[in-house]
Amino acid sequence: MPAISFQSVSKSYPSPRGPQGGTFLALNNVSLDIEAGEFFGLLGPNGAGKTTMITILAGLAKASSGRVSVMGHDVQTDFAAARRALGVVPQELVFDPFFKVREALLFQSGYFGVKHNETWVDELLDYLGLADKSDANMRSLSGGMKRRLLVALALVHKPPVIVLDEPTAGVDVELRQTLWHFIDKLNKQGHTVLLTTHYLEEAEALCGRIAMLKTGQVVALDSTSALLSAASGNVLRCTVDGDLPPELASLARVTGRVVQLPAKDAAAVEQYLAQIRQAGLQVQDIEIRRPDLEDVFLKVMHQHSGRDDRVAL
Amino acid sequence: MTGWQMLFYKEVLRFWRVGAQTITGPILTAMLYLLVFGQALESHVKVYDDISYTAFLVPGLAMMSLLQNAFANSSSSLVASKVMGNLVFLLLTPLSPWHWFVAYVGAAVVRGLVVGFGVLAVALLFAVPPFAQPLWALLFAVLGSALMGSLGVVAGLWSEKFDHMAAFQNFAVMPMTFLSGVFYSIHSLPPFWQTVSHFNPFFYMIDGFRYGFFGVSDVSPWLSLAVVVSATAAVGLWALQLLRMGYKIRN
Repeated sequence: MPAISFQSVSKSYPSPRGPQGGTFLALNNVSLDIEAGEFFGLLGPNGAGKTTMITILAGLAKASSGRVSVMGHDVQTDFAAARRALGVVPQELVFDPFFKVREALLFQSGYFGVKHNETWVDELLDYLGLADKSDANMRSLSGGMKRRLLVALALVHKPPVIVLDEPTAGVDVELRQTLWHFIDKLNKQGHTVLLTTHYLEEAEALCGRIAMLKTGQVVALDSTSALLSAASGNVLRCTVDGDLPPELASLARVTGRVVQLPAKDAAAVEQYLAQIRQAGLQVQDIEIRRPDLEDVFLKVMHQHSGRDDRVAL
Repeated sequence: MTGWQMLFYKEVLRFWRVGAQTITGPILTAMLYLLVFGQALESHVKVYDDISYTAFLVPGLAMMSLLQNAFANSSSSLVASKVMGNLVFLLLTPLSPWHWFVAYVGAAVVRGLVVGFGVLAVALLFAVPPFAQPLWALLFAVLGSALMGSLGVVAGLWSEKFDHMAAFQNFAVMPMTFLSGVFYSIHSLPPFWQTVSHFNPFFYMIDGFRYGFFGVSDVSPWLSLAVVVSATAAVGLWALQLLRMGYKIRN
């Protein structure tokens, strides 16, 4: 039995962008199984449908068609059991200004029917570095602390399946490491983890398997190592002192002055360097490296860069 | 504590923590009404023989405060949670629509009763109405606050921001409570307005509640009870149905 199962799931919304009566298809017939104990990454550009999948999984939205289950429990017809098995860390930094940190955690435990949860709540506060804030009002917490509290709130009922929707957005490096150390530990204890993130190096380091989503469809689904090894060739990484010629710019990953180009072989590297020199640019700090997940991601997205035909179907 | 009991407890704690605003404030407002209207109209208005106007006002004001505060509790809690986004914590739990309903309406009943009894207790300093049928009064207090707590759930789910809720409160709840006979007997109205008043469910809540104090009322307390029970059931089912649908909270 998979920990999470999406079977032919579609979700459409009425669309103000389409003509009258148009709909926006946020998810298009998505099928995906995540096995118990996996650390699974869900990647995709903004608007690809990642958060829609999570809101349907969490029961915050209803699929237009298809079936979603958590530990074998349908999220609609058997919602109570499905939600007991699921801990969701939402993307938005939300809090209740009426209550203190520890109180909020005990309320949340109560909603799940977990009684006498003080010991686990204190452990969570301790693990997440919030022990000294347990009597602070949620309003007074910094952004990073609120994020950690959201993680604690999702874990009060010790769910077997944990969903993290962009948990490290806007979070500093130290906290990211603390958080991943904790989540990794939970995964090693047997918890299934589903993660969405824009930080692809995190996904590469943590996730055993990855699905890439584009315009509401799964466009790649494989183990992280298989995705990486399927990426043939190397990457030329160098610094240039101006804008790349257009024929190279369309292929490159550009971060400020740093340019990264997929290179099949040595001839391709020579070709790129020649083109850059011809454009009158200076090349520095040349490096040839193996492709990383970001290269794979960009390649997959590029391969599926057809027209976005989800509007007004 | 089970899930719904915890939510009920949290909802009670939410208004209790800001008691100056949710309990003391409404009691003070009711006292101002009692002072101003009681003083101004005491010698001019006689509703029932043997009952002073100030004494007549006391139950009406207590019930009006009770109804308004029961409504405010469930509606403001839901709207605030929606606006702040923290409703998601509840939406992720296994609590059923029925659990939500019992917790939100239960807390609204508690706030309504606390404010209602508070108004009554302080008003006793000014005038002491006879407690002719206290169980009737209690019955109408519980039913009235349950009705308004349910209406608050409906308004809270419907409202997307505080403005919407304020509109609901200012253009529906306030006029209906003021035009329900809190300050007068409907027998003092022209025939047309008497007829209109009979279509206002708030009139039956106030009149039935007042019967509990004076043993006399504008209409039979049994008629009031029938109307209030039916209205409470109807609005309660409406609120429950919206919760089942996840109206404006689940997409």
